[in-house]
Amino acid sequence: MNIDSSIITTTLQATIRAGTPLLFTVLGDIFTERSGVMNLGLEGLMLVGAISGFAVSYSTGNLFLAVIAAMIAGALLGAVHAFFTVTLRINQVVSGLAITMLGTGISGLWGKGYIGVVAAQFKTLEIPFLSKIPFIGSVLFSHDILVYISYLLVPLMWFYIYKTKPGMILRAVGESPAAADARGINVFMVRYFYTMLGGAITALGGAYLSLAYTSMWIENMTAGRGWIGIALVLFATWDPAKAMFGAYLFGGVTALGLRMQAAGTTISSHILMMFPYILTVAVLFFTSTEKIKLKVGAPAALGVPYSREEKT
Amino acid sequence: MNILVPVVSIIFSLLVMGIILLIFFQRSGMSWGQAFSETLSAYGEMFSWPFGNVYGIYQTLLKMVPLAFVGLGLSFAYRMKIWNIGGEGQLYMGAFAATWGALFLFNGIENKFLMITLILLMGAAFGALWAAIPAFMKAFAKTDEIVVTLMLNYVAIFWVDYLVYGPWKDPKGYNFPLTAEYPESAKLPTMFNGEVHVGIIMVIVLAVILQYVYSRTSWGFNSAIAGDNQKAAKYAGINIGFYTIVALLVSGAIGGMGGAVQMMGIQHRLQHGFSPGYGYTAIIIAWLAKLNPLAILLVSFLFGGLLVGNEQLQMFYRLPLALIYIFQGLVLFSLMGGEAIFNYRIRFVKERAVEE
Repeated sequence: MNIDSSIITTTLQATIRAGTPLLFTVLGDIFTERSGVMNLGLEGLMLVGAISGFAVSYSTGNLFLAVIAAMIAGALLGAVHAFFTVTLRINQVVSGLAITMLGTGISGLWGKGYIGVVAAQFKTLEIPFLSKIPFIGSVLFSHDILVYISYLLVPLMWFYIYKTKPGMILRAVGESPAAADARGINVFMVRYFYTMLGGAITALGGAYLSLAYTSMWIENMTAGRGWIGIALVLFATWDPAKAMFGAYLFGGVTALGLRMQAAGTTISSHILMMFPYILTVAVLFFTSTEKIKLKVGAPAALGVPYSREEKT
Repeated sequence: MNILVPVVSIIFSLLVMGIILLIFFQRSGMSWGQAFSETLSAYGEMFSWPFGNVYGIYQTLLKMVPLAFVGLGLSFAYRMKIWNIGGEGQLYMGAFAATWGALFLFNGIENKFLMITLILLMGAAFGALWAAIPAFMKAFAKTDEIVVTLMLNYVAIFWVDYLVYGPWKDPKGYNFPLTAEYPESAKLPTMFNGEVHVGIIMVIVLAVILQYVYSRTSWGFNSAIAGDNQKAAKYAGINIGFYTIVALLVSGAIGGMGGAVQMMGIQHRLQHGFSPGYGYTAIIIAWLAKLNPLAILLVSFLFGGLLVGNEQLQMFYRLPLALIYIFQGLVLFSLMGGEAIFNYRIRFVKERAVEE
């Protein structure tokens, strides 16, 4: 193997690693947004997931418990968002911002005692046979188990959303809650459930950071990944398969940025970092008419609180 | 009734944060009794320094200036129910433009008055320019302004980072991410033996002007109608597209001016992360003040004090700065939740009123 191809291999491997926390986050938020609830609190959810996973890993040494703890914490914070947006029907954007503030604050306070300590970490688990395939094996199948779970989650979620009855109910609630309600579906229950489930998966993305990616707790360690996640959900048009593509695309941007910094190139990583945000603005602009929104499959009731009294 | 929800929200949030602090102290090895008295003394410190000591009040006033600028700017758009949450980005663009003016474009101008006026205009222009992106998108393509303004915050922050880590980095700055210092003519005059800059006067004047605009001009009247009922506004002959664009441009201009004032008043150089989220805190301030300009001044003073108090806690109780975010999140939730309950559950209000 020559030098060039090994650089490509390691960069692609780093792309998968950098893309995985984003992927979990985006998948989680797809569940939430599909039910019609917009959640701008991803950054806060990830941070809470990162610290609760790390804290449990530190005190028990059990990674399974750590992941469960992160997901429970995410689900709880998701429930807070659901309470304010679904039950009290307050502005979903404002509630999401408050979730981010709370999550940033709580993780910062809780994490104060965990700065600089070492906790149990996910180790690379090479899949027998598959990891021996040249090139593909080391790019795709020489990771930790959370990466493999994220691989599986994508087709499973796709199948669930588009091909199963609960998936259909989820989409119905996001498209037309009044019609779903008329068919006897409990809109509030569905929205609560998916906001909590989405919160749990998003928090898992945060836990990936502290338990596998950087392997320690750093205050504000998500460094804006939650916001990129919001951008990616739009970019992926609420489709898990496209989410995978988007997450690895931006994982690649991150990996390339790090590599270019190491190589001392002149393109600033700060300029590169602007890219996802500018792209989001562009996507929003070009999908802002109702017709295109329908075409790309945006949940029609996204961001609109449902009230049984107000008939539309 | 009108101020009941904001006041109760703040008190409720302080209580919940007190409980969080209590648990935090207890977990760091104190008995519950010790933790309780530690929490009380931390709260005492948090309020006595920023509000009860002349130097603390100076610091509070300094923090109040950017908060009030951005809060006033946001209120200008919020009155029309245009949700500009890009205050942070508009502040950063204003600071960028001010630095561009002070260090490059107008470098060499000795006249302080001329220099400060030019820089203020630069800040306002770039704040407005940054808000023009969501403004035109909203007016012409109905693009939702919320996510656009939010995303542009990050673009602005990275843009400033690019400059202070790259081409504008001060060669004499020991490799810190900051620019060279502004010339003397670009520094705001100060009062109280140099403790407070005149930005505080500017923001008070601005609030009075806005109060006048809102209550006595046709703009104030029409924009309030457009915010309350778009259809009625249309029938009354109000050009919604025009009002949308102007509201966002002015909103951004005021935020940008806040960035310029912050640069000329305190920072005197552009610096990585110079704002601890003033633009987001200002959202809460605008809500708490119910968009009333004079109330925004008052609430900004309170939140400026809380920021100063939080810094005190960081120094003397080794509490992380993150505490202020918990508080802000709590205030936001209780404020919005409280309003939702007051607005939609009339019976519930009566029951609560009896309890209280």
